[in-house]
Amino acid sequence: MMRLEQRWTALKVRGVLPQKLFTIGQDYGALIALVVLILFNLAFTRQLNSVIAITNLLVHVTPALILGVGMTLVIATGGIDISVGSIMGLTGILTYLIFSGKWFGIQNIVVGTIVAMPVALVVATLIGAFNGLLITRFKVQPIVATLIALITVRGLAEVTVNGFQFAFLSAPIVSWLSGNVLGFLPRQIILMAIIVAVFTWLMRATSFSRYLLSIGGNQAAARLAGVPVNRILIIVYALSGLLAGVAGLAFIAFDSAANPVTLGVGKELDAIAAVAVGGTPLTGGRATILGTAVGAIFIQLLRQTVVALNVPDDIASVIIGFLIVLAVFLQHQRKAS
Amino acid sequence: MQENTMLLRMEHVTKRFPGSVALSDASIHVERGEVHALIGENGAGKSTLIKVLTGVYSCDEGTILFNGHSGPFQSPQHAQRGGISTIYQEINLVPFRSVTENIFLGREHFRWGLLDWRKMHVEAGALLERLHLSIDVTRPLNTYNIATQQMVAIARAISFKSKLVIMDEPTSSLSDDEVATLFTVIRQLKEEGVATIFVSHRLDELYAICDGITILRDGSTVDERPINTISKLELVARMLGKEVGSVQQSGLTSFDASRHHTGEEVVLEASGLRDGRKLRSASVKVHTGEIVGLAGLLGSGRSEVARAVFGADHVEAGTIALNGKEVKFRAPEDAIRAGIGFCSEDRKIDGIIPDLSVRENLTLAALPVLTRNGIVDRKQQEEIVERFIQRLGIKTAGPEQKIRELSGGNQQKVLLARWLCLNPRLLLLDEPTRGIDVGAKGEIQKLVEELAEGGMSVLLISSELEEIIEGSDHVVVLRDGTTVAELAREDLSQDAILTAMAHGAGEAS
Amino acid sequence: MSTVSPQPETRELAEATAATSPVRLLTARLPWLGNLLRQQGALIALIVVVTFSFIRYDNFNTVTIYSVLNFNAQFGLIALGMTFVIMTGGIDLSVGGIAALSSVVVALNSPHGFFYSLVIAVVVGTLVGMVNGFIVAWMRVPPFIATLATLYIVRGIALRLINDAASINLDQKSDFITVAGTTVGDGVLNPPLPFTIPLLLIAFLIGILVLRYTRFGRYVLAIGGNAEAARLMGLPVRRTTFLVYMFSGMLAGLVGVLLAINLNGGSATEGNGWELIAIASVVVGGTLLSGGVGSVFGTLVGSLLLGLIVEILQLENNYMLDQGWQFSFSSFWQDVIRGVFLLVVVLLQSYLQQRKRIKGRT
Repeated sequence: MMRLEQRWTALKVRGVLPQKLFTIGQDYGALIALVVLILFNLAFTRQLNSVIAITNLLVHVTPALILGVGMTLVIATGGIDISVGSIMGLTGILTYLIFSGKWFGIQNIVVGTIVAMPVALVVATLIGAFNGLLITRFKVQPIVATLIALITVRGLAEVTVNGFQFAFLSAPIVSWLSGNVLGFLPRQIILMAIIVAVFTWLMRATSFSRYLLSIGGNQAAARLAGVPVNRILIIVYALSGLLAGVAGLAFIAFDSAANPVTLGVGKELDAIAAVAVGGTPLTGGRATILGTAVGAIFIQLLRQTVVALNVPDDIASVIIGFLIVLAVFLQHQRKAS
Repeated sequence: MQENTMLLRMEHVTKRFPGSVALSDASIHVERGEVHALIGENGAGKSTLIKVLTGVYSCDEGTILFNGHSGPFQSPQHAQRGGISTIYQEINLVPFRSVTENIFLGREHFRWGLLDWRKMHVEAGALLERLHLSIDVTRPLNTYNIATQQMVAIARAISFKSKLVIMDEPTSSLSDDEVATLFTVIRQLKEEGVATIFVSHRLDELYAICDGITILRDGSTVDERPINTISKLELVARMLGKEVGSVQQSGLTSFDASRHHTGEEVVLEASGLRDGRKLRSASVKVHTGEIVGLAGLLGSGRSEVARAVFGADHVEAGTIALNGKEVKFRAPEDAIRAGIGFCSEDRKIDGIIPDLSVRENLTLAALPVLTRNGIVDRKQQEEIVERFIQRLGIKTAGPEQKIRELSGGNQQKVLLARWLCLNPRLLLLDEPTRGIDVGAKGEIQKLVEELAEGGMSVLLISSELEEIIEGSDHVVVLRDGTTVAELAREDLSQDAILTAMAHGAGEAS
Repeated sequence: MSTVSPQPETRELAEATAATSPVRLLTARLPWLGNLLRQQGALIALIVVVTFSFIRYDNFNTVTIYSVLNFNAQFGLIALGMTFVIMTGGIDLSVGGIAALSSVVVALNSPHGFFYSLVIAVVVGTLVGMVNGFIVAWMRVPPFIATLATLYIVRGIALRLINDAASINLDQKSDFITVAGTTVGDGVLNPPLPFTIPLLLIAFLIGILVLRYTRFGRYVLAIGGNAEAARLMGLPVRRTTFLVYMFSGMLAGLVGVLLAINLNGGSATEGNGWELIAIASVVVGGTLLSGGVGSVFGTLVGSLLLGLIVEILQLENNYMLDQGWQFSFSSFWQDVIRGVFLLVVVLLQSYLQQRKRIKGRT
């Protein structure tokens, strides 16, 4: 097994695998893979034939992608947040409870919605901030801290639901968000695009992003350079919570019969997969929001391609599993070289 | 001296790494039952020599003869089976496991196929008794303080019934009583014919326990003799490559010894700094525009003083005052805001952010200044980066290059620029010219001087005596965590510093 | 001849903190109590909780305990495997999926009889575990990702095997019914124990013995505690890491059999979130997620505690209703309670760690 690694390195050194090609592969691997997949679909399936097909794909990607953006930030600091799925669920439920009048007794549904959304998002952000507090002040490992949040928040969601079914249909927000701009573009996609654009810009232009990356790259050095490590970490986890909240809202807009108990379950894993495939190393120090976006789209398109080829969903699972391992393995090789 | 009294003979050992030569014609000779000291400054090659001996590294040239067998060992386990035990400086034991377990890990006793704890506990207890340690061997290692943990590491090494025990800085965390106990054990070993290689910078201890000494400098053995034939002063001189009493050469650095201005105001006054074993009672005072050199041997606490002043480490006792007002920095960001910069000793550990670019690394500490409404002023940033790349002659493909691709010397320059661009009023420099080529060294020295003339106060830590002598207006000498001497410009001489390092204040040589 | 005494700094600290809390006063007087509390906090909590339940609830008796144990056997066994993995500093997210796959395999093979199905299922679990072990130990992929990927793969395979149906029934003619009803201790114990209980206890006993008395066990702990030191001491780090994942998979395979018996069929969708319960049990039991220290017995206690809490919730509910309270904890509160419980435990552990860190400084 070690020989495999050695042979791999030997190949690289001897230039059998030209270095440049290798680096390109690692930097743009996800994008290349996506392009290949798109071409494949254009040629062999009808997945991407129409505008509707494309928008449909993108709408399905939205929740995982939004989560992925937050997850990218967290992973870039060297941490992880597995509570985002639960936060998604809680956000959806809180929103419903408020705009339907069950909480705070607001009769007007429009007013209710206007009140509900910020409240739910604030709650989501606070949960994230609490995670950050546990991690910085109490030195709890990120996975443990967010595990606690995962369990507790899911529990709170279950408690508030108390068993009855939800129908989000009646919310104006739902119809608005899932409606189309210019006749074909669902607003959710615009939301998603805005988030990706904002955060890509953020990760390029702000000092916050420099602090974030330096913490993930070398926390000791960051501290000595005056980076307010604890403050940044709390903000990052709070952002992760906030984005999870947004993803929750986006999700109920898209699937109005969502079961609140299962809303968001397992979504954190999808987010992590998107981040890993997209090229952000799990060890931290680097981040690519666009990479995560590509990763999320790729995974979703792969699922759909596989369905279109009449290969069952489960095999797609298998393939995705292999892919993730491969992606991370390749990243590790790069770090080592 | 017959052949059978010589236990270890390493000669003409050379070890090269990509980009550097760690050992070049190094040698060491140890007799059976001898307690042999191995000494040298940072980078002299002590740990490399030991790693070559114990099979962690292979050597490019040289002969190794141990206990009659020639040839190097293939691995640490091989060396252990061959009769060499090593106690590393970072305690390489497993903290959560019990004392007994740490002692026996890898060679446990079995009874009927299962681990025989009772037997191991008893043996472990007996071993520790020899070290005058009566502790509960069933408790986890990390419930004991570092000194005890070190004793356990020693017990483990001894238990292998080796012919040679190598101890790398074994007393760094021990109290005087514990050191005395350790020495008793070493003497016992001596009686049993077991030799010890004792690596330490604590001169007093070496003179108390060792028979012979090997001095390394820049990868070569510069002296090997019985320890009682060399004085402490000469020992220090040999370590640093100086001649005692020689006429001092001038102009060895780019510091202009004749130009210095010191203001009246005291910018920094740190007194009585105490923390654990590293700092016992350290004090330092810096005036405006003054360059204070902080001298001392390896382990004397120089970096610790700087880190304490910068708020990077917490100290148990002592005061730090900035421009007359006492300050308590809780984190480096407080110190930075107060106008202090700190260029650390080891850029890999806490200096560079490897995946970020030259530009980002350079301006990291200055971001608060360059940021408006959270957004970085890119133009201003690039301007600063360009300016400093020019000024310090940083060789890089461009400001966007990842800093980890730069050579060590250029990385160091980027880190220096990180602090210089903030224009601090007090700059703490810990080995700023380490790993930089001669030309660049000179540039940096001139630069520091310029800054001092412009009113910046500098605390300069350097292992190179010339830098200290020529660059400082005032020198503070640390020894074992305590300030032992303060030398004004007029009294500054190589001998004076060496004496202070060797003896501390008020001791006869 | 001098014995080592605590450093002056720690003595001061000890004196300073000594007089501040009643717990500390008590433990100062009775040092053995302090030790006991520290090491067996979870066990004490368990005993307290059980005693409390006996007193408070009328229908809390041995049957209740049996049913709790019976139901939690599957979680407990998964937690056992997870303990070893976590002790090496790793994690195994695929256990729920392996159990599900295993249950499907059992159902598919049920026509061949119980024993045959059992063997096949355990082998399947072990194989998946070995894949995990290979990816983590040799390909050096972080355990989180490696086992996450395996989870995806295993779920996919499980669905594939039953052609995308969610579940499949056991062959009705097979001898599973008899196995399901097997009890231990007829005549001696009244009522007799369902077979899962001795299974659970024996498995944990083996786990405790392995950890304490075999080389493998000590190596597991050494690796988690300081992997570099372990390597320098020549311990077989890769092989040991590989083995812990293999055993985790093996146990998950075994649990799949239990699952099949319980559900009377195989389910490809069961097991969701089981890894979380396992991790929680391990954490409550005192094993640190960073690895290197832990207790198999602690995991058993942790697993039981978590299971009991759910049970108590229901009992307390009924109790409060009987007492005439309007408000009651629905069973939906179980996750919240679990989460809060975990939070308290983690904060406690963090506090104890900090204190230890202060003590260890010289």
